[in-house]
Amino acid sequence: MATAVRSRIRTLKIDGRDVSAREDETILELAEENGIFIPTLCRIEGLSLVGACRLCLVEVAGMNKLVPACLTYATEGMEVFTDSERLRNYRRMILELLFSEGNHICAICVSNGKCELQALAQRLGMDHVRFANLQQERLVDMTHERFVVDRNRCILCARCVRVCDEIEWAHTWDIKGRGVDARVITDLDTPWGESDTCTSCGKCVRVCPVGAIVEKGRAVGEMAKRHDFLPHLAKMREAKK
Amino acid sequence: MIPQEELAKIASAEKEKQSKFEYQIRVCMAAGCLSQHKDQIKLALEAAVKEQGLEDTVKVKGVGCMGLCAQGPLVSVEPGNILYEKVSPADAAEIVAGLDKKPVERLRCDNQQPFFTRQVRVVLENSGVIDPENIEEYITADGYEALGQALTEMSPAQVIDEIVASGLRGRGGGGYPTGLKWSTVAKAISDRKYVVCNADEGDPGAFMDRSVLESDPHRVLEGMAIAGYAIGANMGYVYCRAEYPLAIERLKQAIRQAKRLHLLGESIFGTGFNFDVEIRLGAGAFVCGEETALMASIEGRRGSPRPRPPYPSDHGLWGEPTLINNVETYANVAPIIRNGGAWFAGIGTESSKGTKVFALAGQIKNTGLIEVPMGTTLREIVEEIGGGTTTEAGFKAVQTGGPSGGCIPEKHLDTPVDYASLAKLGSIMGSGGMIVMDHTSSMVDVARYFMEFCMSESCGKCIPCRVGTAQMYNLLTKIAKGNGTIRDLELLEQLCDLVRSTSLCGLGQSAPNPVLSTLRYFREEYLAKLVDTTSPNGKTAPDGHAS
Repeated sequence: MATAVRSRIRTLKIDGRDVSAREDETILELAEENGIFIPTLCRIEGLSLVGACRLCLVEVAGMNKLVPACLTYATEGMEVFTDSERLRNYRRMILELLFSEGNHICAICVSNGKCELQALAQRLGMDHVRFANLQQERLVDMTHERFVVDRNRCILCARCVRVCDEIEWAHTWDIKGRGVDARVITDLDTPWGESDTCTSCGKCVRVCPVGAIVEKGRAVGEMAKRHDFLPHLAKMREAKK
Repeated sequence: MIPQEELAKIASAEKEKQSKFEYQIRVCMAAGCLSQHKDQIKLALEAAVKEQGLEDTVKVKGVGCMGLCAQGPLVSVEPGNILYEKVSPADAAEIVAGLDKKPVERLRCDNQQPFFTRQVRVVLENSGVIDPENIEEYITADGYEALGQALTEMSPAQVIDEIVASGLRGRGGGGYPTGLKWSTVAKAISDRKYVVCNADEGDPGAFMDRSVLESDPHRVLEGMAIAGYAIGANMGYVYCRAEYPLAIERLKQAIRQAKRLHLLGESIFGTGFNFDVEIRLGAGAFVCGEETALMASIEGRRGSPRPRPPYPSDHGLWGEPTLINNVETYANVAPIIRNGGAWFAGIGTESSKGTKVFALAGQIKNTGLIEVPMGTTLREIVEEIGGGTTTEAGFKAVQTGGPSGGCIPEKHLDTPVDYASLAKLGSIMGSGGMIVMDHTSSMVDVARYFMEFCMSESCGKCIPCRVGTAQMYNLLTKIAKGNGTIRDLELLEQLCDLVRSTSLCGLGQSAPNPVLSTLRYFREEYLAKLVDTTSPNGKTAPDGHAS
C-alpha cells in the first residue's frame, strides 16, 4: 500500500444530522456510514463511478443544481438533503422510465425477488408506470456455453462493461449505438459464444443488477447474485499498482 | 528576425502583387454559394478575363462568405463596391465587359440595404474580402500581427488581462467569461496543457462556425496560438465535424501554410514558443459538442459526457488542464489583442460585449450570415436586417439556440440580444442559429421536431435523457396527431422538469427547452389539439384538429 496521506476532516449536515468526513469521502459514502439511505443503480463498490443512473441525486443548500451523491465530495459546512418530496418524485419517475424502456415483467424473470431494480421500485413506492412501453426488440444472446444476455432486461448501467475492463482486464463488453438504441455488446457486436476475449469468469453475471446477464438453466426467481467479491479484488488491484 | 518586420515584408510584397491589378472580381467560394455552382462561376470569369485580354489588369479571386446567402451566388467587384447577386456562369462575359463601363444592372444587389449597413464586422471582417486559401492575404489584412504582438511584447498574464478587459464571453452557447476560463487554465500547474477549438457545430439551421472556418481559417488558428501562449500550452486540437469537408480542407491548408511561414510549429517568431495544431474529426454525434464528450472523442473513446466537476480546466484531455473554446470565440481573440480589450468592451451592452454572428434561416427573406453588436433587438435582426418573412402568413416566432433554445414570439421582438435577456425569455443565446417561423408553422410540431433531434442525439448514458427524451417525443407525437389528453400534457410537463433537473450533461438538461418555451407562449396551440375529455363521448374538441 502507498503511504497513508493525511486527509483533512470536514463537518457537514446530511438531512439535518451533523456528520464528519474525510475530504476524500463522497456524500454517498458518508450517508451509508451514517445509515442514511440513498438509492443507486449504476454504482457498485469496487468499480469506477459513472454517475449515469441519476438516482443518487441530492440537494445541497445554496446550489441550484442537484448533484450526484456518488461523485460529490464533502465540503466544510455543506448542507445536504437526500430525501425531499421533489427527489422522491424524480427517483420514482426515473424508475418508471426504466420500466417503460424494456421488458421488466418480474413474474417471469429469473431474478424475481433478487433484482436491484425491483427492490428499488418497491422501496421507493413506484407502483405503476405512466408511460407507454417503448416496445423495443433487443437481441437475446444464448451462444455462450454458460451464460445468457437478455438485452430486453438491460438497464444500461454499464457495470458489466466496467467489471470486465477494470477487474478482469478483458474488455469483452462495451456499448454500441446511442439513445434508446444503445446496447451492451460483446467484442465487436459478435455472438458472445464466439468471443476471443471473454474468459468466462462470470463477473459480469454477478454484478448485473437485474436479470439481463444470468447463468443458463435458472428457473424463475432462482438467479441470486453476489458481488461481495468485488471490493476485495478492487483493493488487490490497487495494491498491485 | 522581428516579427512585425517579417510580416510587413510579406504584406508589402502581397500588396505590390495585387496593385498590378486594376480590378478585383471576388467570387464567393463558401459552401452556400458553392453548392449552387461549384467553381463554375470562377472558371467562367477567368475564361472571360482571358478572352477579353485583361489578365494583367483584372484579378479573379475566390473569397469567403459575403453573408447574403439567399441571393447567392454572389460576386463583388472592387474598386467600385459593386455586388452582383444570383450570378450564373453565363453572366461572366458581361460582368467582365462592364468593369470599366457600366455595371450590369440586372444583376446588381443593393449593398446599401440594412442587411449590409446595419452589421458590425469583427469576426467576419475578412469574410468575403480575402482569399481564405492564401495566407499572404490574411497577413496583408493585419493577420498574425496580434500573435507577434502577444509573443514579443506581452507576458501571458497581460494577454489574459486584455481578454478579461474585453468582457468576451463564450460564443458556443454557454456564455462563460472567456478571460476567466483562460486564467483558470493558466493557473493549473502541469507540464502539458492543451488548447481545443470546438468546431462541432451541430444545431439545426446554424452555420456560423462553418462559415468562419471556410472564409477565414487563419483567424481561428491565430486565436488558438495566442490562447496557447497565454495558458502555457504547446498543442492545440480543432475538433471539427466531418460534415464540413470544405472547412476541414481550408483549415488543413491554413495549418500547412502557417507552418511553412513558421507562424505555427517550433519557435514561432523565433521566441522559443512552440505551438502545433492538429485536426480531429467528429463522426456525426451532436453530443460530441459537449466538452467532456468532445475530449473523450479526441482521446479515441466513445463520445459520452462525464459528470463535471472535474472541469476540463483542471482535468481535461488525457487528464491534463485543457482550454476549450468555440470557433467564434477564438476568432475574436486577434482583434482584441490588436485593438485592446477596451475597444472590444466598447461594443455591445453592459453584460454582453462585442458582436455576435447569427445564421438566419427559415421563413426569412435574407437567409444568410450576419454579425451585429450585442444589444441589437430581435426586431432589428428579423425585420430590418433579415427583411421580414418570405410569406404572407406573417411572423410568428423566432427560434434561437437550436435544440437547447426556445421560441420567442412577436410580443418579445423588441428584446435586445444579449445573454441575460434571452435567458429571461426562456431561450438562450446559443451558438447563433436563428430560425424564423411564420403563422403556418405549428408550434407543437416545432417542439416535436427538436425533441426528435435530442432523442436521436442522446448518447444513452443517463436514464432521464435516454428514455425521457423518447417518452417526451412519444407524448408530443400523440398530442400533434390529436390523440393527446390533458393527462398527457401534464405528464409531458413533469418529464420536462425531470429531464432538465436530473440529466447528466447539457444536452439532456436543455432538451426540454423547446417544449417549455412553446408551452409558455403558445399553450393554446397544445390545448387545441387535445382530445376533449370533458365531453361524454370523448370526441375531439370542435376545432378541426382531429386526426
